[in-house]
Amino acid sequence: MPEHVYGACCTEIAGLDVSLGRIRVLENINLRLNCGELVAVIGPNGAGKTTLLKAILGEVAYSGQIRFSIRGSLRQDIRIGYVPQKLSIDYDTPVSVLDFVSMAVSSKPVWLRLSGGVKDKVHALLTEFSCQHLVKRKIGALSGGELQRVLLAAAMTPAPDLLLLDEPVSAIDAKGLALFYELVCDVRRKYDVSVLLVTHDLADVAPHADRMIFLKKKILAQGKPQDVLSDRDLLMTLGPSVWNISELAGFKIAVKEKDTHDADLV
Amino acid sequence: MPTWFEYEFMRNAFVAALLIAPLFALLGTVVVSNRMVFFSDVLGHSSLTGIALGCLLGFADPLWAVAIFAVILAVLINFCKARTRASADTVLGVFFAVVVAVGIVILSKAGGFSKYSGYLIGDILAVNKGHLLVLGSLLGVVAVYWFFAANALVLMTIDQSLARTRRIPVFWLETSFSVVLALVVAVSIKLVGILIINSLLVLPVAAARLVSRKFSDYTCGAVIISVVSSVSGLICSYYWGTASGATIVLFSAAFYGVIAGISIFSKRV
Repeated sequence: MPEHVYGACCTEIAGLDVSLGRIRVLENINLRLNCGELVAVIGPNGAGKTTLLKAILGEVAYSGQIRFSIRGSLRQDIRIGYVPQKLSIDYDTPVSVLDFVSMAVSSKPVWLRLSGGVKDKVHALLTEFSCQHLVKRKIGALSGGELQRVLLAAAMTPAPDLLLLDEPVSAIDAKGLALFYELVCDVRRKYDVSVLLVTHDLADVAPHADRMIFLKKKILAQGKPQDVLSDRDLLMTLGPSVWNISELAGFKIAVKEKDTHDADLV
Repeated sequence: MPTWFEYEFMRNAFVAALLIAPLFALLGTVVVSNRMVFFSDVLGHSSLTGIALGCLLGFADPLWAVAIFAVILAVLINFCKARTRASADTVLGVFFAVVVAVGIVILSKAGGFSKYSGYLIGDILAVNKGHLLVLGSLLGVVAVYWFFAANALVLMTIDQSLARTRRIPVFWLETSFSVVLALVVAVSIKLVGILIINSLLVLPVAAARLVSRKFSDYTCGAVIISVVSSVSGLICSYYWGTASGATIVLFSAAFYGVIAGISIFSKRV
């Protein structure tokens, strides 16, 4: 059997509509994700960002098309790596990081003692994602940033064709976030995998993203991060907390004279 | 040889306790982690309707009617949960009310409910060799199931979407677990009792959870606590002249209390 070839996967979304009950959540989404590309999806709360991920995962009904292809031929069975926004587990859930990651690297029952070989594999994987020190912790007790790295490590084993990341609203500290984006960037290059990242943080993701999509039911803007982030009217819809974010990201934006009283409100 | 071991009914009960305890501990780990405690309680109470249907249809041993009804109910609840937007709690509450009411209405018509009240508290001393054989085979089935399905079940309890990306058929996995749970509950109900069966699923697991950091400790701890409290509860009930099921539950509760106390004082919670 030929070895699985990574990085040749392309995802094409055409005319995607999603309704939840009577509410139209996504409308006419057209999007193409190429291999090795990191695409960041931004937008206000309730804009349909997570729903877009759920549609790609096949968990919500939709009309329109979502097609995956590997090396130009259409495929149904692509491998999707998924990092959820949060886990709905209790703080005291007795599943350690070792348990969780071992289920990705081996099919040995997790309720038996894990062999040294499995532990070594887990350790190597965790080291690659800068979380080897967390191996004995319970996954329910990890901080937002720690959990994201552990979930990413597990999502990359075995290597996926498409990586979907749903980022928590405010559970990660700035330092953890920068580290997380660096790791995502690394795996994207290493595995040549296409990455779709839903994020609430514009400043840190901008330098890493190849493309940015502003989603609010429809795709209102897409392009290079500096182009999307320089559309101040669009950014205003995200609310006061991001009014100055473009400058934080290092992209100079000319704040017009007449807007200065807005800025004072921040 | 201690006096209790001289009686055949006590020896059989002892073997039954050794079979039931690990069964309940294993299934309990997923019942608690997957928040199915109310679900398993509904299955336990559904045996009222199962017994009633068994009587109506003229089954010699209501055990099989109870088992068939519990399995059908488990599958039905899973379908309803997947098809409705109401919370699982509400769906289960509706089923709980119906299975209890239907059972009591049918059983009370045929000359009084009191004939069947033994099912409420159970009688492990009434276990016979055939019943032990059924329990033994069930333990074998669950052990095999656990070997192949445990990892998928754990992933499912952590995040269902994540489990699906790992090619786990979440709906069918949950349904298969519910069916296994329904069988175990149905087969044990006569021995343990409708009012008590859920405590045996939950208490040893809850106690093990307090001190476990990894899943192997959790499973192992739950099985040990379950076996020790079942055996000691059974033996003490003989000397005290009390109902075995409830005595076993008190031992598990004591385990939980002591472990919770220790872990609060040593700040290991």
